[in-house]
Amino acid sequence: MQVLMTVNGKPMSAEIEPRMLLVDFIRETLGLMGTKIGCDTGQCGTCTIQVNGRSVKSCLLLAVQADHSDVKTIEGVAQNGQLHMLQEAFWEKHGLQCGFCTPGMIMSLLDLLEHNPNPSEDEIRSWLWGSLCRCTGYQSVVRAVQYAVEKMQQASVAEFATAQAQTRST
Amino acid sequence: MAQKVFGAPIKGRAEPQMLRGEAQFTADITLPGMLHMAILRSQHGHAHIKNIDTSAALKMPGVVRVITGADLEGKMMPLPCVWIPGGVESHFPPHPYGLPGAGYALAKDKVRYIGDGVAAVVAETRDQAHSALAAIRVDYEPLPVVVDAEEALKEGAPQLHEAVPHNLNADWTCGNKETTDQAIANAEVVVNLSLYNQRTINNPLEPRSAIGSYDPITDEYTLWATTQSPHNHRFLLAYLVLGIPFNKLRVIAPNVGGSFGTKGYIYPDMALVIFLAKELGRPVKWVDTRTGLMQSTVQGRDHKQHGTIAGTKDGKITALRCTSYANLGAYPSTIGPGVATALMGRSISGVYAIENAFCEVYAVFTNIVPLGAQRGSGRAEATFLVERLVDLYAAEIGMDPAEVRYKNMIAPQSFPYDNHLGWVYDSGNYQATLDRALEMVEYSNIKARKAEARQRGKRLGIGIACFVAICGVGPSTRMSKEGMLGGTWESANIRVYPTGEVSMTIGSKSTGQSHETTFAQIVAEELGVDMNMIQFFQSDTQRAPYGQGTYGSRSFSLAGPALQLTAHKIKEKIRKAAAHMFEAAEEDVVYEDGKVFVKDSPQKVKTLQEMALALWYGWNLPPGMEPNLDETSFFDPPDFNYPFGSHIAIVEIDEQTGQVDLVRYVAVNDAGNVGNPLVVDGQIEGSIAHAIGQVLIERAVYDEQGNLLTNNFMTYAIPRATDVPRYELDRTVTPTPHNALGMKGVGEIATVPPAAAISNAVCDALSDLGVKHIDMPITAEKVWRAMRDAQAVKGNSDKKNVQQDQRVGK
Repeated sequence: MQVLMTVNGKPMSAEIEPRMLLVDFIRETLGLMGTKIGCDTGQCGTCTIQVNGRSVKSCLLLAVQADHSDVKTIEGVAQNGQLHMLQEAFWEKHGLQCGFCTPGMIMSLLDLLEHNPNPSEDEIRSWLWGSLCRCTGYQSVVRAVQYAVEKMQQASVAEFATAQAQTRST
Repeated sequence: MAQKVFGAPIKGRAEPQMLRGEAQFTADITLPGMLHMAILRSQHGHAHIKNIDTSAALKMPGVVRVITGADLEGKMMPLPCVWIPGGVESHFPPHPYGLPGAGYALAKDKVRYIGDGVAAVVAETRDQAHSALAAIRVDYEPLPVVVDAEEALKEGAPQLHEAVPHNLNADWTCGNKETTDQAIANAEVVVNLSLYNQRTINNPLEPRSAIGSYDPITDEYTLWATTQSPHNHRFLLAYLVLGIPFNKLRVIAPNVGGSFGTKGYIYPDMALVIFLAKELGRPVKWVDTRTGLMQSTVQGRDHKQHGTIAGTKDGKITALRCTSYANLGAYPSTIGPGVATALMGRSISGVYAIENAFCEVYAVFTNIVPLGAQRGSGRAEATFLVERLVDLYAAEIGMDPAEVRYKNMIAPQSFPYDNHLGWVYDSGNYQATLDRALEMVEYSNIKARKAEARQRGKRLGIGIACFVAICGVGPSTRMSKEGMLGGTWESANIRVYPTGEVSMTIGSKSTGQSHETTFAQIVAEELGVDMNMIQFFQSDTQRAPYGQGTYGSRSFSLAGPALQLTAHKIKEKIRKAAAHMFEAAEEDVVYEDGKVFVKDSPQKVKTLQEMALALWYGWNLPPGMEPNLDETSFFDPPDFNYPFGSHIAIVEIDEQTGQVDLVRYVAVNDAGNVGNPLVVDGQIEGSIAHAIGQVLIERAVYDEQGNLLTNNFMTYAIPRATDVPRYELDRTVTPTPHNALGMKGVGEIATVPPAAAISNAVCDALSDLGVKHIDMPITAEKVWRAMRDAQAVKGNSDKKNVQQDQRVGK
């Protein structure tokens, strides 16, 4: 079957078997190896990506189900070599160790912050329910998300202030 | 003076690439012309293989080759076991070199557990290989199965291995049985406890994977694999399994997605991909599934223990005894038997000065997945038993559990301390960690908090667990007596380039412990160079000096000192060369902060880069000095090191449902000097979570036929973010005398005490009901039943005492 989708902003098309999972399409067909496979049954969350702006476990979708969708993987998060604030926060707070669950966690948490820019600790932990990590014990991940929230708020306040200043000066 | 780098919370140098999804794991590697392998695993816990028909599978689309055990006859040896129970008679399956064997890569004649490999399919794609597995017809003749270690020892139990009578690998002991039995017989107070430290599945998030390739022109093999011991695995696979020259096999460990012990073992798939790559003339890749991992990667714990503690009425422990049945599974894993015996048995007296102690471990084969290490292995099982026994003893004599602990702890002035079971504790101040933990948890307020919780329908309980954990495996001579068939030192190389940049290479391998960062901090500190100037190599046997790998919390306290020794060699060489160049006396020349200079002659100074260039040219060196700055050191420690600590858990149990909520977790650890607190705290937090999994939710469940009923993440729970509390950490610092950096192992230490702390808290919460013990995992159902049963007993006879060794659940 022919599929056509936008992946990390670029149009992609390929001829694939209908049984192909989205995660295998991303890894094997597109060669985007940042998305991981950790469990085969949809529990671990290492294969999490975004389809049309929402996080999904790509092992639970067929590639054909993402036909004509906007797909974003971990490779599309950093822009021009600049880490996203959430990635920076993970680095700052040692929110990762072996790094295997990390891409999935980032993709999932970006969705959280997009829709809930100021989550409580309980909300962060509940959201993380979909991502398993065996290294960190989650505490440093929670710290990283809280730090990212703080930085993003500071950034948006600064942005607002700059915009205000510009408005006043014109 | 340069800023102190060693000990600073420097961010992980490898983390940005992981965060971008660019870090390469074994499963991410694609080689030109690569084929894919799938393994057919046994459907039976125990059976004869009468016939295997692979003809239909061979005709499946894309299939290139199907092999069975018969195809490996005379071409591949059985896997070896290299850590046997030390100092006692032991029995193993055979290996042609007279070593202990660990079974064939693909079963011959007989399967002994459900993960036993029966056939391997190689196909053009992974899907094709997996599809073809279903077309292989295996004719089994099922045999009786035994899954329980105590059952397996009984007369008439099914026999797994011809060479192992009664399935008994070894009857291993330590300590003094006679004096211990005597002390127990004469004691004022004796408390018994039988428990099952359940089998667990490590479950690193990355399933195992291996890729083999062969170059017919050079006759050289390469293995990429999820291994925490690339050098060791090179030796074992080349020499003892494949029978190829050591120098023809290169092993590369790409990023490893967690391990916790499991990836330090050699597995059939590693040998198979190498063998098949040569046979087929194309690279062969194998990637496990989660279910495959659960059914065939080594599992942890699994000790049935019968423990006894004895003491005086006023709180002095006089004796401790343990008889344990360790379930090794169907085959001895690479180091499983040693882990199950020495690491557990010699650790049973914990942090206490106990005059008389004795431990006996029956290491037994059964029809389940082979046993290996799980984070904290051996020490966690020992600590769980002794810390539970101490609480029961405290309850029996009506003394506060903290007070009993203080009363029996080894005193700070007693180090080095011989525990009479085989370990000599290097250094410690155990009391200080307990002081701090009690302070953090506000121990004196606990009664009021219990009363407050009761108002909310919750039973609040508090549990303490103190621990000391043998780490830094280890001194090679000592380990040989412990049954280890191999050396256990580490090595490091440092090269200073003529341009002043530095490369460092260690034999050990990170599986998520930030080696790239902490180890570079040691070199940056010693040589006085910027971290960014240091390039780090590990995990490729062609590039790195030989090393043993990451296990037993050894990397930092072995490879770290090896690096420091190497840096010292570099500095000494620079100093000598500079003395010659400055025409100064050697003793007047000082190396400091990346510069070498003559004392009191500040104009006579050269930078590390200038010296590296001078030594590279080699134009003006002292007589006999070799050019260049390229040094290697090997570090074999004089003894193990013994980090320690005290943890306290507070739980709240819902009176209606039995649900246990872990509301606070305080952990005070001491691992000597800390190289990078960010990394160390990360290791501590992850370790605690791992143990919370064991005590509250995890258990590998086998049915009577040896089927693993918990073989995926739907049936086997590991902790999620909502299952763990905010950890409250602190540390004390008591350096070890066994390396110049004063560092002890840290990677797994905090997995050792939490199960005991949380169990003690649960039993404290239920103490008025007379509940003495609930086997792990302490699920809501078990707690609810315990509360119900205890209330029924209470109702029947208020005065009737509950048996000391009452067991609830199984």
